[in-house]
Amino acid sequence: MSSTYLYYPGCSMEATAVAYQVSLMEVCRTLELDLQEIDDWNCCGATEYVGVSLTPAYALIGRNLALAAKQANGTKTVVAPCSACYLNLAKADYYMRERPVLGVKVNAALAAGDLHYDPGSLTIRHLLDVIVNDVGLDRVKSKVVRPLKGLRVAPYLGCMVPRPDYERRWSDHERPDELDRLLHALGAEVIEFPLKTHCCGGHMTQIGPETAYEFIRRLLMSADHHNADVMATLCPMCQMNLDAYQGETNRHFGTSYRLPILFFTQLMGVAFGIDAKKLGFGREIVSAQEAMGRIGVETPPPETPERRTPPSKDKSLPMPRMAGDEEEVA
Amino acid sequence: MSSEAAPRFDPTNPHLRFLEEVSAATAGVSRLEMCIQCGTCGGSCPSAVEMDHTPRMLFAMVRAGMRDEALRSNTPWICVSCYHCVVRCPQDVHIADVMYTLKSMAIRAKLYRESTAPDFSRTFVGMVETYGRSYEFGLATRHYLRHFPLRLPALVPTGYQMIAHGRMATRPRKIKNLKQLKSILARAKELEAMP
Repeated sequence: MSSTYLYYPGCSMEATAVAYQVSLMEVCRTLELDLQEIDDWNCCGATEYVGVSLTPAYALIGRNLALAAKQANGTKTVVAPCSACYLNLAKADYYMRERPVLGVKVNAALAAGDLHYDPGSLTIRHLLDVIVNDVGLDRVKSKVVRPLKGLRVAPYLGCMVPRPDYERRWSDHERPDELDRLLHALGAEVIEFPLKTHCCGGHMTQIGPETAYEFIRRLLMSADHHNADVMATLCPMCQMNLDAYQGETNRHFGTSYRLPILFFTQLMGVAFGIDAKKLGFGREIVSAQEAMGRIGVETPPPETPERRTPPSKDKSLPMPRMAGDEEEVA
Repeated sequence: MSSEAAPRFDPTNPHLRFLEEVSAATAGVSRLEMCIQCGTCGGSCPSAVEMDHTPRMLFAMVRAGMRDEALRSNTPWICVSCYHCVVRCPQDVHIADVMYTLKSMAIRAKLYRESTAPDFSRTFVGMVETYGRSYEFGLATRHYLRHFPLRLPALVPTGYQMIAHGRMATRPRKIKNLKQLKSILARAKELEAMP
């Protein structure tokens, strides 16, 4: 029996977190989870838009909610794999109920695009919540053919999934055990990771790198102190900061951490016996090859920095455009 | 932090109602007026050490009508939205959302200090308004080309790694109904400008 959900991937799943996306799709096949992508969804605004202008930020999120509600066919649950997307969708839905005037404004804006959203008509949930609480760990366990025996995993949730938690879905705001229990079900050795919901630095890697490096250093140090082989994440931003900026962090502090940062869905896929090539391994900057090799799982080597795509015919520099630049010629 | 003496109560201060203004401009019910100045927020904050004022102090300033000082504080820009303070606040103040409000007010009042943060947010928003999706490569290159061309080379290895690992597209993705999104956002901006 398959269960159906509306799926909001979010921008990262197509780019920085492509390993999350491909491994999730594989895992869904095993678990018979039918994720129906919301047609023509737009960016959620991340943590940036709300700090610029309130009504447009919530209207941006509102368009996604309106499109999802329109598409809802037998299901009212929207699943988001990204922490920031999950929080933004959940927050907009919650605040439009808490303060109806916000909902009125958002709907006045949505009307300009012939859309409407009734706050509370959808349920917004994070992917981990759906896997642990709907699919259930018994079912997950029943699919494990290649237990992750001997792999020491640091379960890392970051901030925006367990907090602020408007609907009280998580076991704890600071020390939730959902990810630990899931990894246990996969046969992994789960370390007691005290910083499991501490911040990865968020957008500070872009605007105040030294602040971010310190956040990243603490997480790596703690995981290393507990002899973790890999860290399991559930957020594209956390994965990107800890993986892509691990080298910079090492240079900044003179440390030499080499901790592979994986998505929990990649580890699920391995435990389900899916070929690691189909799970996005090799996309990580800090290679997981050695760590996974120690438990006998062969993963592809990191993709070599050779040109992988044929050169584009367009010779212009890919200079980004923004509102306020001259209008684009279609 | 300012070395001036704390201002005495001044009934002619035009910003006496600043607290109400901040609260009204925040999504949801901010509960900012319920703050009991316990300091749990600052004590829970992983980046407080970098802040001009702890959240508690900033909220006291808001309450005291110190509009310009509050909007010049770097505190909201240093907040990483980790929500530790939010879940620990005994008064359930929507602290992170108040920080967002103060950021948007500072941008509007052009009062934020010299900082890359406001511009990063605005560049991000510009990308989203143009394409409907975020676009890391464009965001990073535009942000750095415009503001720190000299720092760009330091970023290149990380960006190059991301591209080499197939994790960063050098061209943006667009949504299909960009026209609809633009109409919605244009209307939302008009609504935001209304008193």
